[in-house]
Parts: sequence; C-alpha cells; structure tokens
Amino acid sequence: MQSPGALEISRRDLLVASAATVTVASTASLSHFQTSTAAASQSTKISFTVNGERRELQLDNRTTLLDALREHLHLTGTKKGCDHGQCGACTVLADGRRVNACLTLAVMHEGEDITTIEGLGQPGSLHPMQAAFVEHDGFQCGYCTPGQICSSVAMLEEIKANIPSHVTGDLLAPAEVTPAEIRERMSGNICRCGAYSNIVEAITEIAGRKA
Amino acid sequence: MRFDTPAMTNPIDQGKVVGQRIHRIDGPLKTTGRAVYAYEWHDSNGRYVYGYIVGSAIAKGRIRSMDVSAARNAPGVLAVVTSDGIGDLKKGKYNTAKLFGGTEIQHYHQAIAVVVAETFEEARAAAALVKVDYAEEKGAFDLEAAKDTAVKPEEGEPDSAAGDFDAAFETAAVKFDQTYTTPDQSHAMMEPHASIAAWNGDELTVWTSSQMIDWWRTDLATTLGIDKEKVHIMSPFIGGGFGCKLFLRADAVLAALAAREAKRPVKVALPRPFLMNNTTHRPATIQRIRIGAERDGRITAIAHESWSGDLPGGGPEVAVQQTRLLYAGANRMTATRLATLDLPEGNAMRAPGEAPGMMALEIAIDEMAERLGRDPVDFRIINDTQVDPEKPERPFSHRNLVGCLRTGAERFGWQDRSKQPGGRREGNWLVGMGVASAFRNNLLVPSGARVRLDREGIVTVETDMTDIGTGSYTIIAQTAAEMLGVPVDKVAVSLGDSRFPVSSGSGGQFGGNCSTAGVYAACVKLREAVAQKLGFNSPDELTFSGGEVRAGDRRMPLAQAASDEALVAEDRIEFGDLDKTHQQSTFGAHFVEVGVDVATGETRIRRMLAVCGAGRILNPITARSQVIGAMTMGVGGALSEELVVDTERGFFVNHDLAAYEVPVHADIPHQEVIFLDESDPMSSPMKAKGIAELGLCGVAAAVANAIYNATGVRVRKYPITLDKLINGLPEVS
Amino acid sequence: MRAFSYERASTIEAAAKAAASTDGAKFIAGGTNLLDLMKLEIETPTHLIDVNRLGVDRIEPTPEGGLRIGALVRNTDLAADERIRRDYAVLARALLAGASGQLRNRATTAGNLLQRTRCPYFYDTSQPCNKRQPGSGCSALSGFSRQLAVVGVSDACIANHPSDMAVAMRALDAIVETVRSDGTTRSVPIADLHRLPGDTPHIEHVLERGELITAVVLPKPLSGKHIYRKVRDRASYAFALVSIAAVVLPDGTGRVAVGGIAPKPWRDEAAERELPNGARAVTAKLLANARPTEQNAFKMALVERTLSAVLAEARG
Repeated sequence: MQSPGALEISRRDLLVASAATVTVASTASLSHFQTSTAAASQSTKISFTVNGERRELQLDNRTTLLDALREHLHLTGTKKGCDHGQCGACTVLADGRRVNACLTLAVMHEGEDITTIEGLGQPGSLHPMQAAFVEHDGFQCGYCTPGQICSSVAMLEEIKANIPSHVTGDLLAPAEVTPAEIRERMSGNICRCGAYSNIVEAITEIAGRKA
Repeated sequence: MRFDTPAMTNPIDQGKVVGQRIHRIDGPLKTTGRAVYAYEWHDSNGRYVYGYIVGSAIAKGRIRSMDVSAARNAPGVLAVVTSDGIGDLKKGKYNTAKLFGGTEIQHYHQAIAVVVAETFEEARAAAALVKVDYAEEKGAFDLEAAKDTAVKPEEGEPDSAAGDFDAAFETAAVKFDQTYTTPDQSHAMMEPHASIAAWNGDELTVWTSSQMIDWWRTDLATTLGIDKEKVHIMSPFIGGGFGCKLFLRADAVLAALAAREAKRPVKVALPRPFLMNNTTHRPATIQRIRIGAERDGRITAIAHESWSGDLPGGGPEVAVQQTRLLYAGANRMTATRLATLDLPEGNAMRAPGEAPGMMALEIAIDEMAERLGRDPVDFRIINDTQVDPEKPERPFSHRNLVGCLRTGAERFGWQDRSKQPGGRREGNWLVGMGVASAFRNNLLVPSGARVRLDREGIVTVETDMTDIGTGSYTIIAQTAAEMLGVPVDKVAVSLGDSRFPVSSGSGGQFGGNCSTAGVYAACVKLREAVAQKLGFNSPDELTFSGGEVRAGDRRMPLAQAASDEALVAEDRIEFGDLDKTHQQSTFGAHFVEVGVDVATGETRIRRMLAVCGAGRILNPITARSQVIGAMTMGVGGALSEELVVDTERGFFVNHDLAAYEVPVHADIPHQEVIFLDESDPMSSPMKAKGIAELGLCGVAAAVANAIYNATGVRVRKYPITLDKLINGLPEVS
Repeated sequence: MRAFSYERASTIEAAAKAAASTDGAKFIAGGTNLLDLMKLEIETPTHLIDVNRLGVDRIEPTPEGGLRIGALVRNTDLAADERIRRDYAVLARALLAGASGQLRNRATTAGNLLQRTRCPYFYDTSQPCNKRQPGSGCSALSGFSRQLAVVGVSDACIANHPSDMAVAMRALDAIVETVRSDGTTRSVPIADLHRLPGDTPHIEHVLERGELITAVVLPKPLSGKHIYRKVRDRASYAFALVSIAAVVLPDGTGRVAVGGIAPKPWRDEAAERELPNGARAVTAKLLANARPTEQNAFKMALVERTLSAVLAEARG
C-alpha cells in the first residue's frame, strides 16, 4: 500500500540515499579507533544480530547499546531522550525483551539478537502496531514513538507470557489485557506531547480488545 | 495577500479535504523511525565529530580562569572552545541570557565551554576534565523574598484598568481576596536540543531542532557576527518544543563555534540533566485575585495582580492576560510586576501568560462561586461577555464560552457532582468533579509559502514552517489539496528549511491557522497562474476538483498547466487590523473527575473532557491530539510538575526526568474532546484559530477544583501534591 | 564517563578474584544504576567485570523450605515466578511497583539491593555531597529534601534508599549470600547489609572489596496477608515517598518494613510488636528517633496513614 505521505518531502529519497553512504563513514570511524585513540583494552570487538543482520563492531567499551545503534550503525530510529533510563525513548528488544538501550553497554550484548523500530516495519509495509499508531494518532512529535512501539510490542508478549504488573489484581490469575494494565505496563515510556489516550487505543486494537 | 476584511466564501469552505479526518502524512516515517531529527543527519561529506557542553557550576559570578589542558590532551580531543577564550559574543534578539561567550556567569549550567572529540564518549569524558576557577557572587533566587522589590516592567501593558475597581470592590455585596502560586515549570520535550553544524568556507549549515527557523537563523548570524544570508537552517522534524525551541539555544551556537575551530562538522546535543538549567522555563508566579459580586452572582469588580521574576533584561510572565477578557464586570484592574532573579532565563512555555494565569483565576472563580452559593458552571455563564470588558465597543470576533460550558456539563454528567465537598466516597477514594473555563488568545502572524505544480500534477509546498508534533505537514497538505482540487497524496510538503519562504513558525498556537493561511495565499496565486496558462479568463469562475480545472463545459487536467514547465507561485498572508477591531480569542471548558486516596492523599484522574470553540477545525484528528496532549500537560501542572529552586545555591535541583515528574501513561485516563462547529471569518481565510494552547489553559484549575470537591481541602499552591492534602483528610487510624 | 577496561567473567570465583586484584574494578550486572552514575562520573570504575554470564540466574528451593534466588535473576523474572507470586506476594508486589518494565527486564536481584540513593545533590556533581565526595558537606540538609529520609539519618547525610524490592526482602528476613575474593562465602542478613550514614555516608553496605553477591535466600513462606503499598506522586515510574511492605496475620500480628524514609529498608521489631494496637502505635515507635526536615516532615503522618490503610486492607 502506498502510504499517504509517500510524496511528502521528496527529500526523503535523499535521506535514504545518504543512509546508504553511512556504511563508509562508519568504517572510517572504526579504523580511527583501532589506530589512534583508545588502548586495546578499552575497546572490544563485538558481534551481534541487529534486525536480522549480523553486525560486527570494534567499540569503545563505554559505548552504550543506544549509541552503537545510532552513531555506529546509523539506526537512528531508536531515540535518545534522556540517556539515563528516565524516558523510554530508547526502548529496543534484546533477545525479545524490551530494554532501555541507553543503560546497557553494547559489549554486554555479544551474540544477542537486537530488534529496533527499523526491524519492525517500514513505510509501505508497516508492522500492525505501527499502523495502529498511525490510525489512532498515537504520537505527535514522534520522538518517543519508536520506543513506545517497541515497548508495546514486547509488552503484549509479556502479558501473553503471564508476567504480572503492579495493577494486576490477582497474582495467581492469568494476566489480562485491559486499559489499566496497558497504562501501567507502558509507563516506562514517557510522551510529553501527551498522546497516551490514543496510544492505549492503538495497543488495545492490536491486542484484540475494545478499549 | 493582505487579510483585512472578514473572509468570504472561498474554496476552503468546500471542506472536501480541510476539516476531514486525514491521518498524519508523516505518520509512516515517524512510526518506523525514518523521520530524521536534528542529531541524526548523516551525510557523505565526511564524518561528524562530537561536541560536549561544559556548564557553569555556579549560578552567578565570574570565571577567573579555566584550565583546559587536561581536556585538550585527552584521547581523541580535537578542540576545546571556551567562553572566556572566545570573548564576548553578541546576544541574539530573542535571548535574555547569553548562550555563550564572555566570563560572566548569569545562571547555573550556562554554557562555558564545548569540547570536541572524535567520538561522543571521548568528548564527554574530556568535558569532565575542564577545570574552572569561579568568583562566585550572591544572587537573588527566591521569588517570594524578592516580591517586594518587583517593579513595573517597561515594555508591554503592565497595568490595565476600567471603571473604578477599588470603589466597586469596597462596596461589593460579596468579596473575595486570595493569593495563589504557580511554580517554575519545564518544557521537558522528549528530544533534547541538538544541532549539527558544518561550515563550507564562510557558509554555515545547521541541522537543528527549532520551532522558528527565521528567528534562529537571524540570531545565530547575530551571535556569530556573520551575514544572515550565509546561514542555512534545517529542521524538518522536531521532537517537541512547547516553547523551549522558539529561540536560538546553546547547542546551535556551540556546534557552529566548535565546527569552525575543529574544521569538521560537529554534533552537539544538550545532555538531559543540563536542559532545565541551561535553557528556559516557565517562570513561577505569585498571583493575587480579588473579586466583588452582587448576591445574584454578577461580578462587579475583578482584579488580578501577578509577580514573577527573571534575569536582568528579561520579561514578566503575563499571567493576568486572560482576566482582562474572560469575564464581565464593569470595574477591573490588572497589574504585572517583575522581580530580578538570577535563576535561569524565564521565557515562553506553552500558553505563556494564560496557562499559569488560568491556574489561579479558575480556582478563584470556583471559590467565588461557592461563596455565592452558585454552581461553578452557572457562575461562569452568568458572567459571560460578548465584548471586551475594558472596551465594550470592541466585540469578540466569535465567542461561545457558554456553549462550551453547557455542552460539557451535559456530556460529563455534571449534575451528578456532589454539592458538598468531600461528599462522595467510593471505597478508599474520595471522588470529586471540577470545571474550569479554557481561554487563550488567537494571535495573527504573517506567513509565507511557495507552491509548485509539476507535469505529473504533483503539488509541492515549501515553507519554513515547522511541525513540532502539531500536524503542520498534514494540514498544509490538506490546504493545498483543497485549493487545487487534488487528493492529499498528490501533495508533497517540505518544511523547516531556511531556503523556503519565511512562515509564522510554531508558537503561541498561531502556527496552524497562520501557516495554512500563507499556503492558501500562495495557492490563490497558483490558481491564477493555472488559469492564465490554460487560457481561462478569471480564476474566480474556475472549479479546481478531481485533478481537473473546470469552467462551464470546459475541463482540463490540472497537470496540463505544467506540461511545459513547472508553475511556481509564492505569497504571504499579512494581517490587517481585524484583531484590533475585534478581540480574537479561543474558548473552552474543562471537566475533570478525580479520586483522592483517603489515606495517602494521592490524586488520580478518573475522567477528563474538554469542549473547545476555536474556529474551524482543520483536521479533527490532529486537533484532538493537540488538545489531549495539552490536557495531559495540565494534569502534570496540577499534580506534580515543579522545578524546585534551591534558594541558597540558585538552581533548579530536580533537573532530570526522574526528579521532574511529568505524567506517565498510568496518570492519564481516556480523554474526551468535543469541538463546537465553528468558523471565524475574522481570523484568516482558513477561518480557523489556535487550539494547541487552549487545551492547556484551565486544566490544572479544573483538577484543583475537583480535588477540592473530593476532599474539601483547598490548595492554592501548585502542584497539588499529597503533602498539601493529608492534614485535611479524614482520620484513618 | 571515564574509560575502562572490560572483561566477561565466566565463574564466580574468577569474578571475585579479578575484582579484588584490579584497582577500581566494579561488577556490572543489569547496569541500570551503575551506567546511569558512570555517565555523570559519580561512579568512575577503571575496570568492569561483566557478571551477566555467571549462570546464577535460577530460583531454587532450599532444604529449609525457602527459595534461593540467584543474584542475576532479573526483577521481571523474580516477580513472575509462580512460587514468588504464591508464597511471597509482598515481594512480587514490591518488584512490580518499582521502575518500569524495561528496567525490570535488566535489573537484577543483587543490583537492586545495591542501588544508590536518588538524592538530587548526590546526582549533581557540581554540588557538595558527603556521600559522593566525603567531607564536602550535605546540600540536602538546607536544600531540597522532600523525597529524602526522616529516620536513620545523620548530620552528614539524609539520603534515602530507593529500592522497593529491598523493603519486601527486609520484611521477609532475606539472607544475602556472597563470595569473597579469597573464595570464602558468607551469609549476611539483609538487616545487616546496609549501613546507616553516620559520619561515613559514602560507605553504604558491609560488603568487602571484591565481594560478590551470589544469591538471596528467602526463609520459608510466611502465612498471612502479603501487602506492598507504595505511595508516590505520579501513578507509576516514580520512586516512593513512602512504601510499606507488610505481612499481617489474622490476629493482627505480623511484620512491617518501610521504604522511602531511611537510608536502608526500615524495620523495627519493637515497633512491629505494636501491630495489634494499630498504625499509630507502630508508627510512634518506628519513627521515635526521626529527624525530619521541614520539607519531608509530612512523611511522618504519611507513614501512619499508609500503614493504617495497609492494616485495614489486611483485615479485609
């Protein structure tokens, strides 16, 4: 399906084109590392899978998973809102579980399977949750949105896996999808534009229940 | 196009596209992570290097010296640019505090250096090595303590008066006099300020996050002392602003200076813990409100005074603004006073003036209604006015506050509200309902656009307008589609680039109406060009519809007009004096139901409804989102948001997103919004008005009033946290 | 964040040894608190020992009828465990009241116990703080202290412990098991794990350099009603102003530990004996030596009121 915004900003093509060139830049940054700055012990070679693709990087140990994605792999869909685990904009899936990519080092994810917003879907072939966010206008500025979407996809899996939440009434009963459960479980994703009411409706639709 | 007479019937009135529920055209980009924000531009021109800010550790004083040797020698470091090293830079027109340059410290976390290194990690580590010797000076940080030193500001209209307030208040049958406080608040948008700067000779390109492209361009050129024509600003996606990105900020200045020094493109983002003290905030206020009324509920006297503080050269929070216009009353006065404070710069945050003003006024109205034994909805209706109460010869362009209140009361089930505060209990919850009027002025700002038609029939709109989450991309596409008779997916919209015509920008809830009016103007010109090209006599006889142009029996594909070469038209909407002859404002009513835990005093919102009368709604989806977002921010203002001032050390202590608590999902219930069916021909050819700030004005007071209704405890000091309630709650032991 | 070297430890013993033999070494597990603090240079390790692959991530029954929780069991997994939900509901509830889903997915049992205060002055390296920089002074005493401790404090520090989980663990009398760098092990009752600030607020617990928490042991389940009540400004994703972990028997006796009000999970067995006499009697003893500031004095009333609600809930 052609998205209604397909024509919006012909400059987007330009962006896609420049995204292709970043691989080169990224490689340049690696050689810089190996040759000049950090002592060998202060950088580590890691390999992991990102959105189904095997990636190898030589990284300063200090590099967070978030900065590895954004600055080294140029997967900038994952956002840096606070860099301190206080907003959830950097939420990605690590081996299927949602985590704050800002509060974990890339080197701690050796061999893991990382999924970012770019791995869920793309314009023209949106993931159902992405489509539901568009349909319910579950965002405004868009900056928390990738984190909200990654979080919501993993959150529904957590309910399916019968993981309880703060608002679960009976800890021994199966976890349910209710608006109250969704709100509590999504509270680690702040939206300052205040799209919460719409986000809950988008998630509820995907969860297969009416809000 | 000059707009100086009320709009007649025009193509927008067709409402085939404008006013329709059209999903955001930038939605697929934003939901897939493909929308590119300031820090995310990648270019094949070479690799970016990283700048990291150093902020002042004191609130006021001077830098005696800086030792940057350790930083300069740290691994990967390319350059260290310091404010004492660079000397005094000019200050941009819109800034109060200097963003960078010189040895004087005006506020905590003011930028004093930027360290540039090959990687982010290296820049951040090296920034921590900069050693600064400060000569600290005493400052004024406490508004309450500085209140008596406040003066009448030199600019604006600090005082207003009509009739004889003192006499009328003195003799009023029922009198009310109370003081309220609102705290400093932080915009706390999700995307921190960020810029990438790249020099090409003496030309500078900055990718940044800006609400107002031309203001940034102008002030950046001024600050750097270069020609504005040499500065190119790009900001196509902005991760929220709420006023914090109206004016040039340190990230852009630091990136530009660092890039010049390092001779490399440099990226700078402000770290979250720096944002609250480095940038701007909504200033705290102390507000005194006096109301005198007849026993039948008619207001005879109303006064509103407000005190706020700012750095020298700054301005006041104009919290009395709405009180000049919202309710009737022959005798009235307002006064705005400004104290000098050495806190970070106070400046515009979403609905400056009205947002904190309504926080106070709409509690006062609730209190007065109770004193009069009146229902708060009725009391507001009784005191409605259709004219500017200070100048009765000046009508409102359109005003249906009464309709908002009545519709809301009915839809919300207002009649079920307990008349007795503390009168409704459900289990451990004390339940209450509150109401407040919503009010925000409608501002008119010139706005330009360029429209191009190509041979495929694609219409491209270019304007330096920004979309900060408001939906500009979408409503601009709708406007062009309506005007030229094409579907929205035949319109391409390019925003946020200083090479495009200067627009209103995004602020003061004027962007939606004004920027689309600018696009309307450009489209009118394009229609003329099409008519001429296709050999029609007058564009007025033409119908643009279904990708065709028609006059009588004659019909031609629109694209044919561009078969040789693209047709381009540019124009700008400029406003006459319709906002002088008529008062243009937007209106609404907020209804809130809260539960207050009888033991702990925790307040949780149960239901919210807003009814808005704000002219034509250009897109019900995006307009509704603006309102629910504003309602959410209002809940934060009511219940938790406060930048806490350390009055000894002079800074906002809770300067991150863990300590400054904005609402989370669990705080917000399902929200209802109703738009009254209106259009306002005085506002623009679009007949629309602002909506984004209206949604905030009054929310916090509606929450406060609901808490009072639930508990019988009246809190006049925001935010209404549980510590202010528990001593008034029933015994539980 | 200062540069550091990094290693992945594969055995507990190797990890402990490496930590003791390397100056400036720290263990990293979930990293949710440590990395936060490293970015601000509040923590400045020169070497990180990644303990995530030590395999101590299981929950197993003990011969005494309790549970041994591996140090690396993530907060999410601990809260979701059937046995915890059924037999230690106060712990499951406390875990679920903390942080966010994302953070609970990373945060570990051991790391949660050792997380550091959220005092805003501790977090701002431009400000004096005795905990961060011994001898520099306490800014909070005369500054913003609304969130901070009212009891167990000193003239040097009024920071509070931010954990929810630890409060429930304290009510349950959990035992912390460790390995020292020389390979010896010990068991530390949770009551003794954290130290009060006194004159040395920078020393927060009794663990030695290189000593690694390997497990937390829960004694056999307590019957009675398990309740965790967290009071906070916003409804989720916020630290407690006050929290109460309680296990209450039908006769009104039971256990109570309080969070948000002290440098460690706060429990007083003498105060607890007053439970049958109601919240006021308990609180009077529990907070007898409290030294609140003007800004956090409300916590005195809040503890009593919250406990009162908890006891009412326990009575059903």
